[in-house]
Amino acid sequence: MSEIPEELKYSKSHEWVRLEEDGTVTVGITDHAQQALGDLVFVELAEVGQIVATNEQCGVVESVKAASDIYSPIAGEVVEVNDLLSEQPELVNTDPYDEGWLFKLNPAEDSGLDDLLTASEYSEFVATEEE
Amino acid sequence: MGKRTALYNKHLEKNAKMVDFGGWLMPLHYGSQLNEHHQVRRDSGMFDVSHMTVLDLSGQRVREFLRYLLANDVARLKNVGKALYSCMLNEHGGVIDDLIVYFQGETKYRLIVNAATREKDIAWITQQAQAFDVEIREREELAMLAIQGPNARDKVKSLLPKSLQESALALTAFNAVWDDNDYFVARTGYTGEDGFEIILPAEQVTELWDGLLKAGVAPIGLGARDTLRLEAGMNLYGADMDENTSPLESGLSWTVAFKPEDRDFIGRSALEAQRDKGNHPIMVGLVLREKAVLRGHQVVTVADGKIGEITSGTFSPTLGFSIALARLPAGKYEQVSVTIRNKQLVAQVVNPPFVRQGKACINL
Repeated sequence: MSEIPEELKYSKSHEWVRLEEDGTVTVGITDHAQQALGDLVFVELAEVGQIVATNEQCGVVESVKAASDIYSPIAGEVVEVNDLLSEQPELVNTDPYDEGWLFKLNPAEDSGLDDLLTASEYSEFVATEEE
Repeated sequence: MGKRTALYNKHLEKNAKMVDFGGWLMPLHYGSQLNEHHQVRRDSGMFDVSHMTVLDLSGQRVREFLRYLLANDVARLKNVGKALYSCMLNEHGGVIDDLIVYFQGETKYRLIVNAATREKDIAWITQQAQAFDVEIREREELAMLAIQGPNARDKVKSLLPKSLQESALALTAFNAVWDDNDYFVARTGYTGEDGFEIILPAEQVTELWDGLLKAGVAPIGLGARDTLRLEAGMNLYGADMDENTSPLESGLSWTVAFKPEDRDFIGRSALEAQRDKGNHPIMVGLVLREKAVLRGHQVVTVADGKIGEITSGTFSPTLGFSIALARLPAGKYEQVSVTIRNKQLVAQVVNPPFVRQGKACINL
C-alpha cells in the first residue's frame, strides 16, 4: 500500500503539491508513482525561472525500468529545483514527500491549484486505475 | 492465472512484487532492484529460476541426435558433468531458443531451456527426435535455484547433501555433479559472477531457500537478473535473438561449431550461406555517458545514415551509466547515434561483456 498524506493535493499524473507558508508550492511525485517506477537513476528538471503551464511537461524521471515525464500540476514560475537529486535520485524512492521533492513554483494567478485532487479523491483515483 | 513455483509463498513472505513472466508469477524485486544487483556483485544472492524447463534426454543415439539438433557440438563435451551453451536453430538459421546442455553419460543429457519457449521447444525437439529413438522427459517435479556472487559458493556448501559437498566445491566452471536422488549442482549462472545453479526436487527447495536466507543470501528478482546478465554481456532470448535472427547476427558466432565440416545440424546450410555471403548485421555493445538510459527498440543511426536497433538496454548499476546490446548493419563503428526521446545522443561502441566478477571490463 502506498502512502497518501492527507494535507497534500494531487494530480492525475501522480504529482503531489504542497502549499507552503510563503505562498510557493512544492511539487514531487507520489509514493504510488515511485513504487510503480522502481529505482530511479536519473532526474531531469525544468530550470529556475522557467514559466510552466498547468499540465505542461517540465521534467523526466528515469528508473531502471522506464522513463516517465513529469508534468507541472499547476501554472507558475519555477523558483527552485532539488539539486540533490542529480547525485541522489534514489531520494525520490526513499522519501517521496520530503527529501525527494522535485521543484518549487511561484503559482500564477488562476494557477489551477483548486482543481487538484484531495488525498481521498487521489486514493480513489489510484484504486480505479489499478482495476 | 499465472503458474506458481514451489517458492511462491516464500517470495510473498519477502514482500516481492510479483509479475507475469512467460506465464509464471515471478518476483520482479523485493523492494529495490538496485540493491539486489549490488548484493550479487558484492556478496551473494539467490534467484528462483524454477520456471525454466528441465528436459532429460536419453537413448542409444542421443549424442548423435543432439549433434543434429544443436548449433554447438556436444562432441566437445569429453568429461561427464561438462556443460555447453548452444542455440537450437530452425532450417533458416533462426534461433528457436538458447539452452544449456549437460553431458550426464553416453546415453543421457540434460537440457535447460527457457520458460517462455517451453511448448514450442518441446514440440520441436520431440518432432526432431522421432528418427533417433530418443526419450524426452520433462522434469516438472524439479525446482531450480541459482545462487550467485563472490561469496555464493561458500554460503551454499554446508547446505548441500553431504555426499555432494566435496565434489560440488571442487567443480570448475561449466561443470556439474549430481546424486541418485535428483540433486544436481552446476557451477553455472547468468550474472557474470561465480556461483551455483542447483536443481532439486521441488519439495526440498523451501528448506534450501530458508537455509540460504539464514546464511545471509538475499533473494533477487527478475529485474536485477536482467541488469546483471546485460552487464555480463549475456543475451536474452526474445530480446536479443529470436526465430528471425541467426546466431551470427546476435553476437553468438562463438557458439556455432562449423567444425567438423561433415557434421550436419539443423540450420547449418543457412548459416554457411550467411557467413559466406558476409555483410550481415552484427551485434555490438553500446555505452552512453549521458543522463539517459538506452532501452530496447531505440533506433541507432550509424555513420552512413543506416539504421540499427537496440535489442536490450538498461542503466548499469555497477558502472553508473547506461549500457546496451544493439544490432547494427555490417561495419566497423566507434560511435553511433541513438534516438532517445526525440534527441540524438552519441553512444560509444564497445565489445561486451561490460562487467565480470564485480569489475568493469570495457575500456572507455
